[in-house]
Amino acid sequence: MGGKAFQMTKGERAFDIFLYTALTLIMIVTLYPFLNVLAISFNESTDTVRGGIYIFPRAWTLENYQRIFSYTGLIQGFKISILRTLSGTLLGLISASMLAFTLSRPEFRARKFISTFLALTMYFSGGMVPMYILMKDLNLIGTFWIYILPGMVSAFNVFIIRSFMDGLPFALQESAKLDGANDFMIFYKIILPLCKPVLATIALFLAVGQWNEWFTTYLYNGNKPHLTTLQYELMKVLSSTNQGSGMVNANDMARQMAQISPESIKMAITIVVTVPILVVYPFLQKYFVGGMTLGAVKA
Amino acid sequence: MKALTENGVTANESVTPRPPAKRNSGFWKSVLQQKYLYLMSLPFVIWVFIFSYVPIWGWLMAFQNYKPAKTFGEQKWVGLDNFKELFHDERFYLVLRNTLSMSILGLIFGFVVPITFAIMLNELRGSIFKRTVQTVSYLPHFVSWVVVGGIVYKTLAIDGGIVNDLLMWLHITDEPIQFMAQGKYFWGILTASDIWKETGWGAIIYLAAITGIDKELYEAAKVDGAGRIKQAFNITLPGIRSTVMVLLIMNIGHLIGIGFEKQFQLQNNLVTDYSEVLDLYALKYGIQIMRFSYGTAISMFTSVVSVILLFAANGLMKKFTKESIM
Repeated sequence: MGGKAFQMTKGERAFDIFLYTALTLIMIVTLYPFLNVLAISFNESTDTVRGGIYIFPRAWTLENYQRIFSYTGLIQGFKISILRTLSGTLLGLISASMLAFTLSRPEFRARKFISTFLALTMYFSGGMVPMYILMKDLNLIGTFWIYILPGMVSAFNVFIIRSFMDGLPFALQESAKLDGANDFMIFYKIILPLCKPVLATIALFLAVGQWNEWFTTYLYNGNKPHLTTLQYELMKVLSSTNQGSGMVNANDMARQMAQISPESIKMAITIVVTVPILVVYPFLQKYFVGGMTLGAVKA
Repeated sequence: MKALTENGVTANESVTPRPPAKRNSGFWKSVLQQKYLYLMSLPFVIWVFIFSYVPIWGWLMAFQNYKPAKTFGEQKWVGLDNFKELFHDERFYLVLRNTLSMSILGLIFGFVVPITFAIMLNELRGSIFKRTVQTVSYLPHFVSWVVVGGIVYKTLAIDGGIVNDLLMWLHITDEPIQFMAQGKYFWGILTASDIWKETGWGAIIYLAAITGIDKELYEAAKVDGAGRIKQAFNITLPGIRSTVMVLLIMNIGHLIGIGFEKQFQLQNNLVTDYSEVLDLYALKYGIQIMRFSYGTAISMFTSVVSVILLFAANGLMKKFTKESIM
């Protein structure tokens, strides 16, 4: 803008005013709910009932946070959520990058077959009930591993990493091969370090997916207090107050049994569940924007 | 399937020149030569087989009266009974209506809003404001539907929700509106929540596509006296056409398999006639009431129709616009 501004016609200027106003409004609509939750979480819960709290707390307090951190279910949920996020991300990265590497090797005889085999899973799925029966038959229900194993290999992630690997110079691999390195060493010592940007993207996708997932806990592990996740604990607490507005879910006994918690407590838990991811994502922006673009071209 | 195989494998061949694969060496010799590649891929192929293909084998349950205690050989085969029952259930048509309504709303707004947003962002060339808007717009994507559900209930509450407060302050309504308790609002609320959550994220792809448009086209249009809105319609939109088409085909494939997370987190007992979608119906009948065979029939219906829609969309697009994904 700047130097060009004086050349603008009236129409151009009106367009700019519209543009900046509209985008500012979009930002406000996006941010307001978060600021509102934040404000209520720092407000005394007895005062919150009076209503009228928007983006600033009226009666400032840290008590809500002190109270929720004395709630053992939440601490337990935190542990499980962190554990599944770390292990799910790590195993997901290892499997997707190894598979992607083999698919990026032009001489690999099985690669056509494996590509198709994987691609089909993006279009077909057995559905909820057959999956449930399989989990039952494999004795995964009521275990921690049900969070990690079923979704470990993702075709989408494999294809994103492979298209990144395809862009790497092939000469590197050839010279390593001449030096007598085997395929695994080429993967581990040469290709993997070069793939850091795409691996960061996939790690973010996997971590966000693991951290935010609640349905597996709901369906399979809801009655195992030592295995519930943070999202599930939040779900239980949130639904307890929403009952007033008709949020009773007949499907869900756990929800109905949850105690009625004050608004401020709920909002404090919401912040605890949300913040870990919000702290991380702005720093990975460069990577996931690149990864999404790569994925779009390939998928 | 053949076309898909070839696309999946050969699309990127042009990136770097590759030596041709060695031929005519015996099969076992090549397996031995490539033993590390097999070792690195086969365990995961078996993995995918177990967790993605075995459930499809589970579709056989839809033709049985499946009882968990019995072995496969002991199950009673009932032919198409489960499907007959499904197609005679009034609830099924209600659920199908809900699914289609919400997915069509999602399809329309899920394209129009992110594309408009991307074009608006693109008009702010390289400023700090642009980067701020973008970073903020990604934020809701990283939040779970559990959290979004809580936020939506809070925002639309009758006691102190900002939307009702605003409407009353503007005297549009005198009484707070019970948004979450009335079925007629549900589809709109769900679509709006989805747009709120995913617009910024969805715009990434379109922004990337817009960046790829030849800058000279804009210069030429400027010389011809075309304003920025005209440029957006005549250059930007046609320029991202193929990206839009590819995403459109994929989304048509998901028309009836729209998932259930958002419906689950936003629904309550008062609005189930509007919120229940096929997956929730399968969950309720298939797992919670333990009618496994009936639930499988629902899942199978969803999956098969999805694939048919995907291929149909792909075929039509190929014929009329020369764009396709396989």
